[in-house]
Amino acid sequence: MSTTEANDVRLNFGTDWTYAPAPESTSHVKLKDRYDLFIDGKFVAPDKGKYFDTINPSNEKKIAEVASASGEDVDRAVKAARRAYDKVWSKMPGKERGKYVYRIARIIQDRARELAVIESMDGGKAIRESRDVDVPLSAAHFFYYAGWADKLEYAFPGKKPTPLGVGGQVIPWNFPLLMAAWKLAPALATGNTVVLKPAETTPLTALKLAEILQDADLPPGVVNIITGAGETGAALVNHPGIDKVAFTGSTEVGKIIQKALAATKKKYTLELGGKAANIIFDDAPINQAVEGIINGIFFNQGHVCCAGSRLFVQESVYDTVIRKLKDRMQTLIVGDPLDKNTDIGAINSKMQLEKIQQYLQIGADEGADVWSAECSIPTSAGFWCRPTLFLNCSQSHRVVQEEIFGPVLAVQTFRTVEEAIERANNTPYGLSGGVWTDKGSKIFKVTTAMRAGVVWANTYNKFDPTSPFGGYKESGVGREGGLHGLLPYVNLN
Amino acid sequence: MSKTTRKTRNGATTTRAKRIAPQNGTNGNGAHVSTDSDVVSRLPVLKTYKIYVGGKFPRTESGRYYVLKNPATKEPIANICDCSRKDFRDAVVAARAAQHSWASRSAYNRGQILYRIAEMLEGRSQQFVYELVEQGVDVSDARAEVALSIDRFLYYAGWADKYQQVFSSVNPVSSSHFNFSILEPTGVVSIFAPENTGLLGLVSTIAPTIAGGNTCIALASNALPLCAVTLAEVLATSDLPGGVINLLTGKRSELLDPFASHMDVNATIYCGDDAKELGAARTKAALNVKRVISYDRDDWTAREAQSPYFILDTQEVKTTWHPVGV
Repeated sequence: MSTTEANDVRLNFGTDWTYAPAPESTSHVKLKDRYDLFIDGKFVAPDKGKYFDTINPSNEKKIAEVASASGEDVDRAVKAARRAYDKVWSKMPGKERGKYVYRIARIIQDRARELAVIESMDGGKAIRESRDVDVPLSAAHFFYYAGWADKLEYAFPGKKPTPLGVGGQVIPWNFPLLMAAWKLAPALATGNTVVLKPAETTPLTALKLAEILQDADLPPGVVNIITGAGETGAALVNHPGIDKVAFTGSTEVGKIIQKALAATKKKYTLELGGKAANIIFDDAPINQAVEGIINGIFFNQGHVCCAGSRLFVQESVYDTVIRKLKDRMQTLIVGDPLDKNTDIGAINSKMQLEKIQQYLQIGADEGADVWSAECSIPTSAGFWCRPTLFLNCSQSHRVVQEEIFGPVLAVQTFRTVEEAIERANNTPYGLSGGVWTDKGSKIFKVTTAMRAGVVWANTYNKFDPTSPFGGYKESGVGREGGLHGLLPYVNLN
Repeated sequence: MSKTTRKTRNGATTTRAKRIAPQNGTNGNGAHVSTDSDVVSRLPVLKTYKIYVGGKFPRTESGRYYVLKNPATKEPIANICDCSRKDFRDAVVAARAAQHSWASRSAYNRGQILYRIAEMLEGRSQQFVYELVEQGVDVSDARAEVALSIDRFLYYAGWADKYQQVFSSVNPVSSSHFNFSILEPTGVVSIFAPENTGLLGLVSTIAPTIAGGNTCIALASNALPLCAVTLAEVLATSDLPGGVINLLTGKRSELLDPFASHMDVNATIYCGDDAKELGAARTKAALNVKRVISYDRDDWTAREAQSPYFILDTQEVKTTWHPVGV
């Protein structure tokens, strides 16, 4: 095969592959030392007067302190949301509601640079990603759903959609602003009011978003943002005054929430964990596939629920793919999230780093060959993990079965299409998947057979506000994004 | 009601014997015999009401039964299988085995099979009317229920190759990709059919479920189970592959737990208004993030009791991306 020859050419970048530092300036970032709770359109001190620190995971320094919302605070926020729903938001024509949502999108675009820098400071993600992915996609999400506000009857043929009421939304730390946008935009467009709880380790961009909501003159109480740890989230989910729960996070917590809501009339959407298969066939464009593998698992330090964390390579091209993959991994730059050259930033928290390190040990103990890129990582402070492969894994390995949420990839081989499908689906998860082949009919065979909500063919980890996202099986219930993302926020009569 | 004379399609009159206490007024041979003093020419052959699993008609593995009585006469009509959780597990195995190939059939073919079910049901409609009446339903209500049940299969037969077009989308993403979202069946669905209707409620839940490519295990109404069993006979002769619909009879209280907790079931449809039961089902469903759909509806004859949104309830949305370029 002629491509085999081409695939054997090794690019030689030399041995001294270094870049001068190119840090993004933080001078334009406006951050307060302390952030209160955003309730009823104002920042208010927490009932118990408790605050916690949010740190920069790349240097472990405190950035600001943030209010810890108690049950009383949650109650205040829910009541504010209810008032705003009853008195203002549910009565406002969709056209006017939409204008507010458009305003939010525009102000996010105005303040994109500031938001991107804060996102990288607070969460550790590479500025390249927060600048090019998180923030623009957040603005786009608001912009997309704003336009739906006065067109909802076209989304549900034969039905009259009406809002649910007050939504309680709990979001994760991996895409803090983007997840807030995913949750708020469809809820607001459909006429619901919201209490949002950002993750404990990454509250800052949501609080900056609260300032943007003020700048947009959003009526008080339509969106309330309360910070805190798991107990705050539990108090919100269990509050009798909410009509709907939207949660993004682990499958473990998702099941607890599903159970907690069992005896209530609350509706829910759950975006939970994943362990996606990324399948490389021998007729794939190998160089592109290698880029896809890299993007699939190392995007956002692997802190991605839809990450391509299980790699399946057809045996006939295994040696080539792994060699090229290792070569490519050697070029990845791990370090300062604010450096524009950085590929892999800091692991989000100490706790998450410890979890990843535990899995590195588990993988080795179970008999996988553990291989890491030889890149340097900062040693003075911060949480870092080299991009790593678990080679020669078997299906029963815990590193194959369990979601790790880090820059580590479990690699397996296969011979036939049927075997690849069988093994890809052999997981309780079903969020996403990838397939790489130049043969169109094979793409459709595999994408159709994959039990997953999002399938990328010859690409990976692409997102768009118009594109529905969400899982099969234990990866969740409901969709976010696109027309289908409206459904979880309406009653159909 | 067992003495009622009815015209069948070909004009012959027919009556039916009771399972346990056949009345003297029938000869089970299609002719009506008017008085007790008539000489009975032959003993009627009575029907055993069994369950329907994997295209076969087994009895419950438990060996248990309950006696169904005519609510008016209090006379026993039949012994009904009192299914166990093992029966349910067997049914899940059958439903799972059938699911992939059922979903892989063309939408046209699924529609034709649903239409075939309607055809077969129409041909045997008198038997269903009779059974409903035996179980205490007013005869005109029974006729209406059977007619509507036939029409409901027809309704969803028509949707089988159309709902996809209504609910799927091509998504105008900003990057250079072709991106589309389609519906796929969620998989295996367990169904608590409505308790207050013996046929229409069952049909109204299983028809949209299988029209969308799912397979299912339904628990028939405990008080009105006869039509479910007879419907199974219709299904078995309608080109519907075994295992696509599995029908059990028994106690909801006992089967609630396995129906909602089974790890190889993807969704549960709960019909009823018992908040405690529904809460218990939803709690168990969390074990594997099962989708729980509940219909609290008394009137399955209403216009809103059928729509493509019932199909949507047991569908997953799959989004596929592919680059555009050379």
